[in-house]
Amino acid sequence: MAAPTTHAHNPALLHHFATEEQQRNSASFGMWIFLATEVMFFGGLFCAYLIYRRWYFGDFGAASTSINAKLGGANTAVLICSSLTVVLAIWAAQTSRRALMIGMLILTMLFGLTFLGIKGIEYNDKFEEHHVPGASFSFEHVAIPSHPDQYANPQHAQIFFALYFIMTGLHALHMVVGLGIFSWLLWAAWKGRFTPQYHTPLEIGGLYWHFVDIVWIYLFPLLYLIDRHK
Amino acid sequence: MATAGTPNVERENYLNKHYGVGSWLLTTDHKRIALLYLLSITFFFFIGGFFALLIRLELLTPASDLVQADTYNKLFTQHGQVMVFFFLIPSIPAVLGNFLIPLMVGAKDLAFPRINLLSWYLYIIGGLMMIHCMLTGGVDSGWTFYVPLSTSYLNTKVVEAGLAIFVAGFSSILTGLNFIVTIHRMRAPGMTWMRLPLFVWAHYATSIIQILGTPVIAITLVLVVAERSLHLGIFDPKLGGDPLLFQHLFWFYSHPAVYIMILPSMGVVTEIIACFSRKRIFGYSFVAMSSIAIAVFGFLVWAHHMFVAGISVYAALIFSLLSYAVAVPSAVKVFNWTATLYKGSIHYDAPMLYAFGFLGLFTIGGLTGLFLSALGVDMHVHDTYFVIAHFHYIMVGGALMGYLGGMHFWWPKISGKLYPEGWARLAALIVFIGFNLTFFPQFILGYLGMPRRYADYSHMPEFQILNVFSTAGATVLGVGYLLPMIYFLWSMRYGKPAPDNPWQAAGLEWQTQSPPTTFNFEEEPVVTWEAYNYEEIEKGHKEVPQVVG
Amino acid sequence: MSGHSTSEHAKSPLTTYFAVWGALLFGTWLTYQASLLDLGPFNAAVALIIATTKALLVALFFMHLKGASEKLLKLVVASTIFFLIILLALSMFDYGTRTFS
Repeated sequence: MAAPTTHAHNPALLHHFATEEQQRNSASFGMWIFLATEVMFFGGLFCAYLIYRRWYFGDFGAASTSINAKLGGANTAVLICSSLTVVLAIWAAQTSRRALMIGMLILTMLFGLTFLGIKGIEYNDKFEEHHVPGASFSFEHVAIPSHPDQYANPQHAQIFFALYFIMTGLHALHMVVGLGIFSWLLWAAWKGRFTPQYHTPLEIGGLYWHFVDIVWIYLFPLLYLIDRHK
Repeated sequence: MATAGTPNVERENYLNKHYGVGSWLLTTDHKRIALLYLLSITFFFFIGGFFALLIRLELLTPASDLVQADTYNKLFTQHGQVMVFFFLIPSIPAVLGNFLIPLMVGAKDLAFPRINLLSWYLYIIGGLMMIHCMLTGGVDSGWTFYVPLSTSYLNTKVVEAGLAIFVAGFSSILTGLNFIVTIHRMRAPGMTWMRLPLFVWAHYATSIIQILGTPVIAITLVLVVAERSLHLGIFDPKLGGDPLLFQHLFWFYSHPAVYIMILPSMGVVTEIIACFSRKRIFGYSFVAMSSIAIAVFGFLVWAHHMFVAGISVYAALIFSLLSYAVAVPSAVKVFNWTATLYKGSIHYDAPMLYAFGFLGLFTIGGLTGLFLSALGVDMHVHDTYFVIAHFHYIMVGGALMGYLGGMHFWWPKISGKLYPEGWARLAALIVFIGFNLTFFPQFILGYLGMPRRYADYSHMPEFQILNVFSTAGATVLGVGYLLPMIYFLWSMRYGKPAPDNPWQAAGLEWQTQSPPTTFNFEEEPVVTWEAYNYEEIEKGHKEVPQVVG
Repeated sequence: MSGHSTSEHAKSPLTTYFAVWGALLFGTWLTYQASLLDLGPFNAAVALIIATTKALLVALFFMHLKGASEKLLKLVVASTIFFLIILLALSMFDYGTRTFS
């Protein structure tokens, strides 16, 4: 792709870049590398999870059965829909469809808020059932799914819930940050900052959002569906 | 900074273009950010060095008579944390890397200048948190934070220290991110990968480690804070947790971290050896690829820190084998440096003295690493002074020597002044002598069985003489470190103005003025020559054609 | 004229997006259904395979990895996954080969 020969460059072109293409490629590449760091960040938690799941499979199964897989599944669908609205928003920017772009951004944020709302319901359920690790944690007389004649060890179940809250909590925190980013994107879109030639912030914000979706794609089966068959 | 005594009218450069605190604290110029880092890491070096001084003073006598054991635990913990996280890891990348990489690739700045400034602020915030932690009780877990000691039993500021390092870790991640994007996307026309200075390759490899490794220790620290605050059981054996899980996660980062500390230094040494042998580097592509190989292999060996901790013997065997493998690319570099020196026209300026010191001391440090990789040997010397000597040979004899060599080599470019060569050579010699006197006895101490992290060794009073040598050496070493700080500062006011290329060195950074202008190059350079084209430089005794006005 | 290098197929990308969306929802349903079957040790494998397929769909099509002009981005993704697997596999190898309880 040839560099533009005119110097009537977009005011968004920063001085240390030679061309808009270089700037856009750099921004995109930078976001991918940041996502690589996020993969490793969550990766440590997945490592801890895998090890304890293997050690305490029965207890984890019992704990996993007590969280709401329907809500978890619904949340998975919500995030998948939100990823669709993100790509549609970008497509709208590429094809100068301002109203659609803004509408898709709003819809994305609504999906995100729905996700957090459902999460809130789940957390509240866990709180009421005394499944939040800490002083008032209680997990007595819960049968292990694969060996119904045995009760789960509460301490091992507490480890499951610790990982559940940390992993989904960290994910939710990333969701909140994502909502913040999309608020800014919505404002910028409203202000008319995005054109078919320049919508890099939308693209890199979208990359971040999709990553948050991918983390949940793994969290759902690993946390909610450990030993669900009867 | 104004230079009072200079007769010539000073050219406009990045130092004098804007004045005022705001122009420094809000700068996005990579060169100014490098200097901000220089000041900060030097400050932390003093703090870490202060703790080292107290440790060595305590160890002059077998009894724990200078400080109590609890205090001693804080001294070695904080010495380690400050030196690793707030000095060594940032040092070369944040100072020399930040300053030089855009210059070396022919760019006006890094890819993300504002993120560069953010990384410095994150470093400062982490540093302030660490200082606050140390002033309000300190932490005594060992720099390694092993659980369940740190999560269940200590009364000290583990959480604050952990969070401080967490914040500083993001500084490191952002630096690495910036370097990778810059090196990929901002190279000047004609600057192909295989024409890049090996300093850049070294930093590229370092950045890969920073990106992939640092997040793991970040999440590990989060887990430590959570465990400590909420008693979740993740690391507590009484609640079903496994302390070794912490060690796996901790060392997954902390082993590659040592390559973050040494790779940039290797890059510096490569530049220095080529320049002061007046030859191109022997085996350029081998040296470049060995940097990448070190980064990759470095991630495969972490559990060699856990041989005696309780991992399975089969895992220990695998990690031992892989640890032998990781030594190979380092050895490749040593061979290539040696081959570069062969039949070179050697100049013994101060940077070269540091490079020679690096060659010898890094080799010793690296070889002793192989000793430690052998399971049988490690059983005996793990947690002894042998390990301490090993890593100080690499960190201090290697990384720090490289840093000092690089500071001397590029000082004329950074400051526009020449440092006093006589004093610099003397300082290099003092550092070398002081270093060996400090740390060689520690190999012997460790081999004879002196454990690390002990304030009191009165059950082994025969170790005192070697400890006394070590402390004496530390004093000499301290003098050696103070000297450059004094004469660098002196040179900023009284030093001779530096020519643009005092060393007649190859590399785009030397094609700019000393000090460079804010945007480095007036016009984008177009590179048509290979790296280390010393033959061309020597033949004509003239520099490669100027690319800037 | 759009100067952006998305997957420039002759057809609109919309079809792809909606197809991927449908596949993702189907995969979610499939994961849930599969978890209700007793597949013994393969329950986990099936769940992970489906999850990985979904993740790949998002990465390749929504994140435009498939149409990326350079191999660089794919290299970044592959390397990251490689090192994550190293962390998981070598740790699990330790835990899996301990002969003491």
